[in-house]
Amino acid sequence: MIGVTFTALIWHWRRNPLQLFTLLAGLALATALWSGVQAINAEARASYDAAAATLGEGRFDRLNRRDGQPISEATYVQLRRAGWLVSPVIEGRIDSVRLVGVELLTAPGGLAPAAFGDAAAIAGLGGDQVIAAEGTKLAGVRVVIDPDIAPQTAIADIGTAQKLLNRAGEIDTLVVAPQQPLIQAALADVAPELTRQIAQSGSDIGRLTDSFHLNLTAFGLLSFAVGIFIVHGAIGLAFEQRRGTVRTLRALGVPLRPLILLMVAELLSLAFLAGLIGVGLGYVIAGLLLPDVAATLRGLYGADVAGTLQLRPIWWASGMAIALGGTAIAASGALWKLSRLPLLAGGNPRALAVAAGRGAKVQGFAAVVLLTAAAILALFGNSILAGFALLAALLIGAALALPLILSRVLDWASVRATGVVTQWFWADTRQQLPGLSLALMALLLAMAANIGVSTMVSSFRLTFVAFLDQRLSSELYVNAETPAQAIAIEAYGKANADAVLPVQSEKVMISGQPAEVFGGRDHSTYRENWRFLQAQAMPWDAVHTGQGILINEQLARRANLAIGETIAVTGQVYTVAGVYGDYGNPIGQAVIDEGQFAKLFPDVRPVRFGIRMDRDKVAAFVAAMARDIDVPAANTIHQAGIKAFSLGVFERTFTVTTALNILTLAVAGFAILMSLLTLTAMRVPQLAPAWAMGMTRRNLGASELVRTLLLASMTAVVALPLGLALAWVLLAVVNVAAFGWQLPMYLFPADYARLGGLALLAATIAALWPALRLARTPPSDLLKVFSNER
Amino acid sequence: MLLTAHDIHKSYETADGPFKVLRGVDLTLDGGETLALTGESGSGKSTLLHLIGGLDLPDQGEILIDGVDIAARDDTGRAVMRRGVVGVIFQQFNLIPSLRIGDNIAFQARLAGRYDPAWTENLTARLGLSEQLKKYPEQLSGGQQQRVAIARTLAPRPRLVLADEPTGNLDEDTAATVLDILLELVEETGAGLMMVTHSHALAARMGRRMHLRAGQVA
Repeated sequence: MIGVTFTALIWHWRRNPLQLFTLLAGLALATALWSGVQAINAEARASYDAAAATLGEGRFDRLNRRDGQPISEATYVQLRRAGWLVSPVIEGRIDSVRLVGVELLTAPGGLAPAAFGDAAAIAGLGGDQVIAAEGTKLAGVRVVIDPDIAPQTAIADIGTAQKLLNRAGEIDTLVVAPQQPLIQAALADVAPELTRQIAQSGSDIGRLTDSFHLNLTAFGLLSFAVGIFIVHGAIGLAFEQRRGTVRTLRALGVPLRPLILLMVAELLSLAFLAGLIGVGLGYVIAGLLLPDVAATLRGLYGADVAGTLQLRPIWWASGMAIALGGTAIAASGALWKLSRLPLLAGGNPRALAVAAGRGAKVQGFAAVVLLTAAAILALFGNSILAGFALLAALLIGAALALPLILSRVLDWASVRATGVVTQWFWADTRQQLPGLSLALMALLLAMAANIGVSTMVSSFRLTFVAFLDQRLSSELYVNAETPAQAIAIEAYGKANADAVLPVQSEKVMISGQPAEVFGGRDHSTYRENWRFLQAQAMPWDAVHTGQGILINEQLARRANLAIGETIAVTGQVYTVAGVYGDYGNPIGQAVIDEGQFAKLFPDVRPVRFGIRMDRDKVAAFVAAMARDIDVPAANTIHQAGIKAFSLGVFERTFTVTTALNILTLAVAGFAILMSLLTLTAMRVPQLAPAWAMGMTRRNLGASELVRTLLLASMTAVVALPLGLALAWVLLAVVNVAAFGWQLPMYLFPADYARLGGLALLAATIAALWPALRLARTPPSDLLKVFSNER
Repeated sequence: MLLTAHDIHKSYETADGPFKVLRGVDLTLDGGETLALTGESGSGKSTLLHLIGGLDLPDQGEILIDGVDIAARDDTGRAVMRRGVVGVIFQQFNLIPSLRIGDNIAFQARLAGRYDPAWTENLTARLGLSEQLKKYPEQLSGGQQQRVAIARTLAPRPRLVLADEPTGNLDEDTAATVLDILLELVEETGAGLMMVTHSHALAARMGRRMHLRAGQVA
């Protein structure tokens, strides 16, 4: 019995390959979008993890020289003798490869990749050998491949690294082991020239790029939600098409339970196949986009991401889980209906409008409940979980409300129509709405996702460019290699430029939060360019009288600080005079007066300077400085160059976003095509009377096209406020909860118009073929509607 | 006795409240007997047929097939009965559109585990379907599709054949031909046949006739 029944079910697909194709393609595309984005995320995250593992970045305290110079081996030996469990590290670049030298015997566990703890690896690192990721090329040494190492990074024994870097006897930093002896000499007594840099929890790189990944993940989820609607539509319509067969099978003696189990098995088999195709497609998408994403991350955050993909089990597994789970979600409703289907229920594909009418009240109620929940979460939610719950409630609520909104609009138009053809058109459109509603929901989500993500990315760009203007207001930045050179640079700048602005900072704890405090010079550059999120009157005056302090948004939020409150920096009390935006910075930051800074941190000397001058004179100044005081051009950073580079990075970000936008719209367009094609068979009996009464087939085809465009346009109108709400949630709720800073939101009408145009184009392309098919329906098919033989 | 129905009641919910379709119907049918069930539209003919076929259950009364009350069987039990003991010929044919004619004809017999290739071939030949076996249902005329439905029902040699206006969609000549074949095959297999029909001419060719009026035997 099982075999015969399964054959009857399976052969439905053989007879209806288009339905099979739409089901597989819908599920595969949904999985592809999800797994493509996940692949990019997983690849980038794996690169950071490898980078973090390379030096245990941020996980261990470090000892560095205050003047930034290398530490001598003698100092290292003194510290070990004084009971300090420290391990030396040297770092440098050979061509494009970052070479890190560690001392294997003293390195604390977790400093280097796991392979380093392996005795075989240690033994293998003798001589001129390095461990590196595949593809890393380093002349003169043997490269041992280890996939756990970050891209373009090589690890060697410190002796080998010193030799390769031509820095014999030098140490860049001393990593402090977490467990230290109870009794040890004070650092100031053993090595007063060293300062201890406190570990941060988590990797800087990881935290900086998390924002980017969170947004990509949100996009992936939205894309998948679009896909789920398609799959839901495909499966629902496939079940509709087979209602007659299912009824006949039951009438002929197939019990309900095995029938449902067979259909579940059939669907899961199809989902598995589609999932495999989808993950493969996702791999291709990720492969195409990853170079741009990698370049973006490298440019924005300095995070090295391999430009090529590895087959990571995690996203294969997540892709397949999403395909199977998505099918289960999409099919559960249809299977539930099937299990409740009376044996004597109508066997023909029913008029979807009948079912829709019954479900409309439930759908409307669910939409109201979800949108109300979204409003409550928007008002009171302040965690990442609440942010994502808000996103889900908002999007699903809006999607459920869409058919009801469209239905009301069509009712309104129908009542006001005067001509007979117009009346028929509106009534017919109303009749088609239930069959198209899933595809329109998918289009709504796709457009809203595109508007939301585009708004977010563009807002980020505008904010970041303004932020660069504020924080990189000097025309030139110069890094000093030695304290003597710093003094020379300052003196040279004073003599040959408009102003010299030293950049000096020290890591401290403020209100229990790790922070970096800067000493700022009293200069119009700061007063004119800095923009505050909140500030008292004349904040810079407060700072330079030694009373005030400026803090970044992250510190204000984490320590719950407001204007006028007092905070202590190494015992000195200041009043918060202003809060400024500090986008992308993971830790707190504060600015006090230069004089105050010198009093609090007398040993810290500025090693970087901002130099103000006429922009046209920058090149000549750099050349003259190299000639006069031997500061190489490599130590200078041209502000215009940084801005151009940053804008270039954003352009690559846009490339990725645009590609994802187009893909999502293509998937939504596919949903419309699939729905229209599936409805075509049902359309013939509906259109035949209109044809018999004098409408041409050409008219009927044209009306199908206009109808789809009209519904897509109405959906676009609903998608605009939904997309903006989505952007607001991402910028003002999720980002704040996740990273502690809020991005201002800007509107981009031209972008929205372009997206609307793209959506209509997708709808037109999708509707064209079904419309042509209808226009070319043979009269004999239309006549069959009136024949008893049908 | 092959079929015994006693005091059958059935009503359906409507917007105006419950509508009583059957009000205490009794009937019996033995193997080899043929019974025409006639009556006005809405008199309850098809409902009675569906109840006897185990497609639905009566509100009251009992239907015994081979002495077993079908209401005592669960869904699976009634499904087993439908595929093994009872064969139903529907007015709308209810062929499986995705299967070829040959597969449609063999379907129920294979489902019941009683597929006999020689008997099936005999059936298809006598019903004039031998040339159509590779086609799909949509490629056949209504008369041909009804003959396929008859072949499918008779292929597992059911003991009770229930036919719901099997010729209702056919012209007079085709209807007569189809009925000739049906009666011939039923007689050959020794099955009981109960046929719902509006046609007095067709009813006259059956062994017995039962007329329903407003849910009761007239």
